[in-house]
Parts: sequence; structure tokens; C-alpha cells
Amino acid sequence: MKPFNQYSRTVIPIDRVNIDTDQIIPAVYLKRIERDGYGEFLFARWRYNEDGSENEDFILNQDGYREGGILVGGNNFGCGSSREHAPWALNDFGIRCVIAPSFADIFYNNCFQNGLLPLKLPEDVVAKIIEKSTENPNFNLHVDLESQRVWDDEEEITVGFDIDQFRKHCLINGLDDIGLTLENEKHIQAYEKSKLDN
Amino acid sequence: MKPQTMFEKLWNKHVVLEEPDQPTVLYIDLHLVHEVTSPQAFDGLRIAGRQVRRPDLTVCTVDHNTPTWELDKPVTDEISKKQLDALENNCKEFGLNLFDRFSEFQGIVHVIGPDLGYTQPGKTVVCGDSHTSTHGALGCFAIGIGTSEVEHVLATQTLRQFKPGTMEIRLEGDLPFGVEPKDVILAIIGQIGIGGGIGYVIEYTGEAIRSMGMDGRMTICNMSIEAGARAGMIAPDETTIEYVRNRRFAPKGEAFETAAAEWRKLSSDPGAQYDKVVIIDATKLEPAVTWGTNPGMVTNISGVVPDPKSFTDPAQVESATRALDYMGLDPNTPISDIKLDRVFVGACTNSRIDDLRAAARVVKGKKVHDDVYAMVVPGSAIIKKQAENEGLDKIFIEAGLDWRVAGCSMCLGMNPDTLSPGERCASTSNRNFEGRQGKGGRTHLVSPPMAAAAAIAGHFVDIRDWDYE
Repeated sequence: MKPFNQYSRTVIPIDRVNIDTDQIIPAVYLKRIERDGYGEFLFARWRYNEDGSENEDFILNQDGYREGGILVGGNNFGCGSSREHAPWALNDFGIRCVIAPSFADIFYNNCFQNGLLPLKLPEDVVAKIIEKSTENPNFNLHVDLESQRVWDDEEEITVGFDIDQFRKHCLINGLDDIGLTLENEKHIQAYEKSKLDN
Repeated sequence: MKPQTMFEKLWNKHVVLEEPDQPTVLYIDLHLVHEVTSPQAFDGLRIAGRQVRRPDLTVCTVDHNTPTWELDKPVTDEISKKQLDALENNCKEFGLNLFDRFSEFQGIVHVIGPDLGYTQPGKTVVCGDSHTSTHGALGCFAIGIGTSEVEHVLATQTLRQFKPGTMEIRLEGDLPFGVEPKDVILAIIGQIGIGGGIGYVIEYTGEAIRSMGMDGRMTICNMSIEAGARAGMIAPDETTIEYVRNRRFAPKGEAFETAAAEWRKLSSDPGAQYDKVVIIDATKLEPAVTWGTNPGMVTNISGVVPDPKSFTDPAQVESATRALDYMGLDPNTPISDIKLDRVFVGACTNSRIDDLRAAARVVKGKKVHDDVYAMVVPGSAIIKKQAENEGLDKIFIEAGLDWRVAGCSMCLGMNPDTLSPGERCASTSNRNFEGRQGKGGRTHLVSPPMAAAAAIAGHFVDIRDWDYE
């Protein structure tokens, strides 16, 4: 897994609450058996017209945002289906950080498994970021995971954030959960011996 | 000892390892696998040279991608076929049991688990699918996981989990005539909101739950995820135990009685504390219909499409406006004036035998409205057979509904069953997100009897006034 530490990118605001994983990537694009190549289908239903051309009104098709790498949305981001294709699509597009006041549990978890940082910030800060990035298609944010801080170029926004220390450690070091768990093989065996196999 | 909730008992029984500041390593008793969220997990195992730790605790089937047309017609979508073939090959390579398209045990993963007796009270159950919460109805801790976690469970038979909080949703009183389990869960989501359950495991309690059959309980737990909850669960009782008894892969004879004695101890202790309690008066509930683009946008059959201006929160005003625009609905339209193009009875929410019986009672001796195309898709091959033995298929076919082969069907717009842009559907599935049933499709979530009645009338009708044959 690609480690995540310092990250500076242009912000893409989508000012909606409850952005579900069916919007992030519709089910019809989940038929592939690979982990990559989902970026072109990110937000497909909002991003493309009937004839497959780009919908100019959608933010990912606008100059500045097109090259963005931090997505900002409203409450309950990533609700709905458990599809890990959602973080895969974000990753493949070049977005490795999503900011929202709250996240749905499974999506939140899936991000960490793929080197993405889902960042919870207070509602008023998120509103400010959405406002500034809507006004300016080249609005950048800087994230430092080690010191748990986010700021903009002018440092008008500068804010700390909470994150579970275990997840932080895994993200910074790009650690794979399976390897960690397998180090506990003797505990798993002991459990199986006592609970299952008698 | 401090009184414990059912969730705490289940959690404690499955702890493999607890270390400070780390997620708990929990043992997984049952891992259900389907074609969509597994290929990349098997790839991961191959790359790392890992095996599946417990093939005996792993059950695989195909459901999301499979067409619901007759089995003699092949899968025509090449990409779908490749994914179905991938699961078949992975099962061969890793020595796993697969119920393929032609198996007598094939079906929607959340239908076959309980149906075949794999899902049993007290188990931890996972699947790469958010509606795994369904299995909680039998008294399991059952959660949906992502593909990386699927790989983790395949390799280790454990899952790393941060302990969620507990929420009791108590349904006081009995359900009125015509009010179905689907209406109960839609009302709950309408009340607590689609993010109301984030970080919690919900335990549903109360008279209305106790008097409910297992199929209805599964409908309720199924949509716990639509409230944002990590899981939903219902304490096992005699209804649960009788449901599991004699199921194909459940323990038999003395082993069953021993297991059942343990299951009876799983209920939350008297005086156990939940982190949050929500009380709902079941006697006041009505048949529900969603009007918007998430399951929390719901009202009753006697209601009207809300005016977005009536909301106070600006975010709600904005999303209601957007939803009505997408749904092609005007504010204040009576729900019973909404006309339908399609009706879908099926999905892991409502494709069990009780659901099919309830829908059949409504359409018996009647004809589907000329403007409506309606389909019924049983949740598993076993349920299909059972329904056919009861003659339900004939009732549906004579009424003009299409009777299909088991699968996820039109729940998610992934297999050939989809809505066309602008089409409006009364659906017994669980999600009414934009484009969920097909690009531009408009979904209204309802109970099976409400869907069936809408198929006959061509618009929503109050099932409490239905003229049954």
C-alpha cells in the first residue's frame, strides 16, 4: 500500500450531503475483476451526458478541478453499498484525500485499506473549504498526517484533526492489515482450538 | 456481573486478540462470498502466496451479475461472464464450495445463508456486501465489509474491528393491519435519518418484533445499513430456533438442542445499558412510500410529496429540491396519485417466501394494469421451488406478472434487469439512490403488498383498503 503522509492538492467541492457509493461509481462499472481502471467511471452518472460526452456543469469536468486531488463533500459521505470500487475509483482518478463532516462506516474503513485519508472536519470548516474552493478552482489544501493538521495557502484555514492512532500508523507506513494479523497466528490457532475444534 | 447487551455477549465470545489502541481481532464464523466483491481479494491472496484459512467456513454463490432469465439461456454480457467465471476458477483454485448459477442452492447471498441453515444465532457473519446486516435477524453480529477485508477474512478468518456503540430501537405495541416489516424499517430510517445509525449496532426489540416471523425480521435488519448502522440484530427466541431447526446445514438432533440452549442465553440481560435508545409506537405506523433519492425521504401512503420549502435545514431543502427534480415529482402531489411504469418484487430485502405469499394474495384473481410491467424475482432457487409448490407462480403469471429465476435482479442495475431513463418503479428493494436501478430510473421503496397493489392499480394505493379475492 502506498504510504500517506504529506499531501498538497487542489480541492474539488461537491456541496451535497449523503453522497452514496452508487454515485461515486455506479454498479454497472463493477463487473471488472481488476483493482485499477475505475477512475474514468468516477461519478459517471453526474459526469457524462447521455451520449457519453462530458457534462460541463459537473465540477470534475471544469478546468482546475479536473486536476484536483482532495474531494470535499457533505455529511454521511460514502453511504450505501460496501463496494471498495469507490475508493479505487477515487484513487485511480488521483484523489487520495476526502474531507467531510461525517462518513459512512464501511466507506471510511475502505479508504484506509487503500492508502486514502478520509478526513473528518467540523461542519463550519467544511463549509468554509467548500466556499473557498467553489470561488477559486485553484484553491489548494495541505494535509500533514504526522502532525494532524490541514491548512490553505494563505493560512486562513488552519485546523487540526482527530484520527485513530492505529490507522494513522498504518497509513503513514503503508502497512497491510493481513500481514499484521498473521503475526498473531498463535492467537488465532488458540481461539480455534478452544472454541471451534472441540 | 454487569448486565450485558446481546451485542456485547457476541463480541466478547469472538475476541481473538485485544491490544491497547488497536482494533480488536475478531473471529469470523461464516464468510459469504459473491462474484462482485471477491475477484480482487483472491488476486491479493495469489500475489502474496496465501491460502484460504477455513474453506469450511466460507460459502460462495453468484447473485449480483446473474441474469434472471431461464437457465438455458446463457449469460450474454461478456464482462459479467468473465466475473462469474473468475469466481468459479477461484473456488476451484482455493478449494471452496460454490453454488453456481445452476445449483439448486443458488440465490441471493443474504437469502441462502439463513435459508440453508449456515446462518445460526450467535455467529459472526461477514460478506463483501453492505446488506450482510440481514443475518442479524437470527441473532448474529453480521457486517458488510470491503474487498480488502474480504481478503483479510479469507487469509486469517478474522477481522479487525473497532467496537461500535449500541443502540436499542424498541417497537412498542402491535403493528396495525396492513403495516409490514418494510414499513417499520422505512419509518425508523425516516425518523433517525440515513446517518442516524453511524457508529452503532442496532438491536431491535419490543412486542412488534417478538410477534414477527423470521422473514419480516430479516427485512428489518437488512435495511439497518440504510440507517447508517454497522449492523442490526434481533435476539433469538423460539421463532428463531424453530426457523433454524431442520435447515440443511444446521446442526441436527442432540447437537441442535445443545446449540439451541446456548442461543437462548444470547438475549440482552435485563438492565443492560445501551448507548442510545429510540422508542417507536408501532401502533401508529402506516404503509410507507419513499418519494426521494434516499431511503430517509419517506412518507405514508396517505401523505403527499413534501414541499422542499417546508424543511428548515438548508442542506435538506437543497437535497429535497434536487430529489424532486430527479424524481419528476411536484410538491404536494398525493402519494396515491403517483403512476408507475414498473413494479419489482424481489431483492435481499423482500424476496423470501412470506414476501411472495403476501404479494400473491394481493394480485390473486386480478390483472396487472396495462401501463405497468411487473416482475417477481424469488431470492433463491429453493424459495422459487417452494413458491411453485404452493402455486404462487401461477397466481403471478395469471395476473400478468413476470416470474423469474433467483438473483439480485433489478435492485442494483448491474445485470440485465434495469429501469430505462425516466421510468418510475414501485420496488421492494432497499435503495432509491439516483440511478440505482438503472441510469435515470426513479425508484419508490415499498412493501411487497404495496408493490403488488400498485402493479394492479397502476398507481400507489392504500393496501389497508384493498379488495382481496
